[in-house]
Amino acid sequence: MSNKIYINGISSISAQPQEVFLGVDPVEYSTNIIPAISPDYKAFIPARSLRRMSKVVKMGISAARTALLDASVPMPNAIITGTGEGCKQDTELFLEALLRQEEALLSPTAFIQSTHNTVGGQIALYLKCTGYNSTYSQVSASVEAALIDGMMQFLEHPEYKSVLVGGVDEVSKTISSFLYLDKQLKQEEVSNLQLFKEHSEGSITSEGAHFFSLSSERSSSTYATLQAVTVFQASNAEAVEAEMIQFLVDNEMPVAKLDLVILGNNGDSRFDYFYAHLQEEVLNETAQIAYKHLVGDYNTVSGYALWLACSIFRMGKTSSIFKLNKKEVQSPKSILIYNQYLGRDHSFILLKSI
Amino acid sequence: MEKGIAITGMGIISALGEGVETNLQALLSGNTGLSFPEILNTRHKHLPVGEIKLTNPALAAQLALPELHNFTRAALLGAVAVREALKMAGLQENDLQHTGFISGTSVGGIDFTERYYKEFQQKPEYRKFIQAQHPGFTSTQIADHFRLGGYRTTISTACSSSANAIMLGAKLIKHGKLKRVVVGGTDCLSKFTLNGFNSLMILSSDFCKPFDEDRNGLNLGEGAGYLVLEADDVLDGKPVLARISGYANANDAFHQTASSENGEGAFLAMKNAMISAKLNASEISAVHAHGTATKNNDLSESTALNRVFGDSVPDFRSTKAFTGHTLAAAGGLEAVFSILSLQNNLTFPNLIFVTPIKETGLIPVVHLKEKVLTHVLSNSFGFGGNCSSLIFSKNE
Repeated sequence: MSNKIYINGISSISAQPQEVFLGVDPVEYSTNIIPAISPDYKAFIPARSLRRMSKVVKMGISAARTALLDASVPMPNAIITGTGEGCKQDTELFLEALLRQEEALLSPTAFIQSTHNTVGGQIALYLKCTGYNSTYSQVSASVEAALIDGMMQFLEHPEYKSVLVGGVDEVSKTISSFLYLDKQLKQEEVSNLQLFKEHSEGSITSEGAHFFSLSSERSSSTYATLQAVTVFQASNAEAVEAEMIQFLVDNEMPVAKLDLVILGNNGDSRFDYFYAHLQEEVLNETAQIAYKHLVGDYNTVSGYALWLACSIFRMGKTSSIFKLNKKEVQSPKSILIYNQYLGRDHSFILLKSI
Repeated sequence: MEKGIAITGMGIISALGEGVETNLQALLSGNTGLSFPEILNTRHKHLPVGEIKLTNPALAAQLALPELHNFTRAALLGAVAVREALKMAGLQENDLQHTGFISGTSVGGIDFTERYYKEFQQKPEYRKFIQAQHPGFTSTQIADHFRLGGYRTTISTACSSSANAIMLGAKLIKHGKLKRVVVGGTDCLSKFTLNGFNSLMILSSDFCKPFDEDRNGLNLGEGAGYLVLEADDVLDGKPVLARISGYANANDAFHQTASSENGEGAFLAMKNAMISAKLNASEISAVHAHGTATKNNDLSESTALNRVFGDSVPDFRSTKAFTGHTLAAAGGLEAVFSILSLQNNLTFPNLIFVTPIKETGLIPVVHLKEKVLTHVLSNSFGFGGNCSSLIFSKNE
């Protein structure tokens, strides 16, 4: 692909303060379902609208707005949102009322806001943006799907200057607690900071929103170039390794020249071997970092990894809290992000410095 | 005009029946598929629905699934339609390894969530359906079943989901990212959606009357419709059913559930789809309207039609009175209907229409109409302001 895509604006709402990547002490949690730290939503959303909004919508609009401000883009050409589990809080409200009241006398408010495209639609409504608008919901590859479509927008419409892409997911009381039952979450409550020392099934979960303003033009706020994104299915670690090598070859990035890899290790003893295999073999000489011990695992958490990569490009370094091995890297020129969930929906994102 | 992306297979299951031929015969006969809930376990038995009269075990048996399968109803319906589409396209096992799957669904497997919500705690055997609530689960079941090994993703933009899935598939082929892709969508009836639309007071207790002045709401339906798209360089002389020559997606940016009075989102979607196909308004032979039969949608869509086409609005119809509104699947079902229209030079009737809408005066096609068709524009609009239009063209 000849056209370059620049990331000119970023935002993050997660369970950690943003300064963690510069060395500020991370927040330690002792439950397996972790809430995101809310910014002052009133700075982004009128107070009268805030009351009716679930957290996923508040986080989504705030993060979208922040990324656009960061890129100095008043109006994007397109808005593409990823959400693995959508508006769980409103879904839960409506579903529980339906079951409790046996299908009688239901208020439509929660139903109206329960569809997966609520956040994308609300961002458009807030910005009065009539451009292209889509929402992807493919488990842990939802942000990646949004990025793939976002990159294609510039091929479809060479005149486009800005595409807003992001991911958002929230926790809810009952539906998130189901994750204990099917062992997506660890059965014992753990400290997030000890996640990689636990050798047990399941992980910890959280919520958050990450948006990115993509552009065909470099600007004074450019963080990185988005080189390539791929999503694939693989049944074993060797297949992931083969896919990674091919992906890097396709993008003219020899493994030896890769400066940093951001891995999605989540402490799940059943699936972390996908990462371990790469860590011990082909990426053995590459600086490796991880992040889910800080912000938990959820379907659009790779948005955090992408935000982290952009932040590292900008600052040239990161805090030791992220490090998985002893390899040091100053001012990386290339970063690869790898993620998977429950052995499915594997993804790579490749970025380069400008 | 653009040559467009080749469509080599299609498959459908709807309240009109299973398979392309059965659906065509029902459309020709003008018999509605609307009925009352028999399989959906709801107290709202008086609300008409486009229900497929096959139980989940019957569908599973048809697909020869093992006893302990993880298919929810939307996955079952989707698999039935995908199977037909793959067969029609004649795809072989080694083709499937690299074939993508882009599916639209709004509520995925929420029919199982509402059934087991209170039982997950006590009954471990139901817990495999905890993840079924989320749209990606349904696509995963279908893609795994057919061993579709290419890029796989799910679009959930409410009632425009499968139109957007078709659009994405066309773009992936156009830009060389895939050679073959199965695109479309699936949604089943659920208490969640039936009660949701009922609480919004936009369900009709009569059979719906799209584009009629006296329309009083929609009927929900269920179904699945999928297409196989292939790049020209892998066609190898295979018959091409039709082509996707244009597409566009816009947002109404007006209200979370209601459409704007001037139909801005619908207007932009139709206009930009024609620009993308390099076609003038006068070259569109027919419009497959979204036409849900709500007061709001049909007025907004009619206004948009008048804005796009001026005094010469082409033949248009909604098939919602045949199938009900199948939500995320609607764009997939109606893609199949649009292709059938092109293949047979037939415009299917907009059932139950009597009186034109006062403000716009538009009259849909009310009797089966035979006329040469070259380009059919199909609309799908949804909650969240999501509006999409696709243009299907004869392979000429």
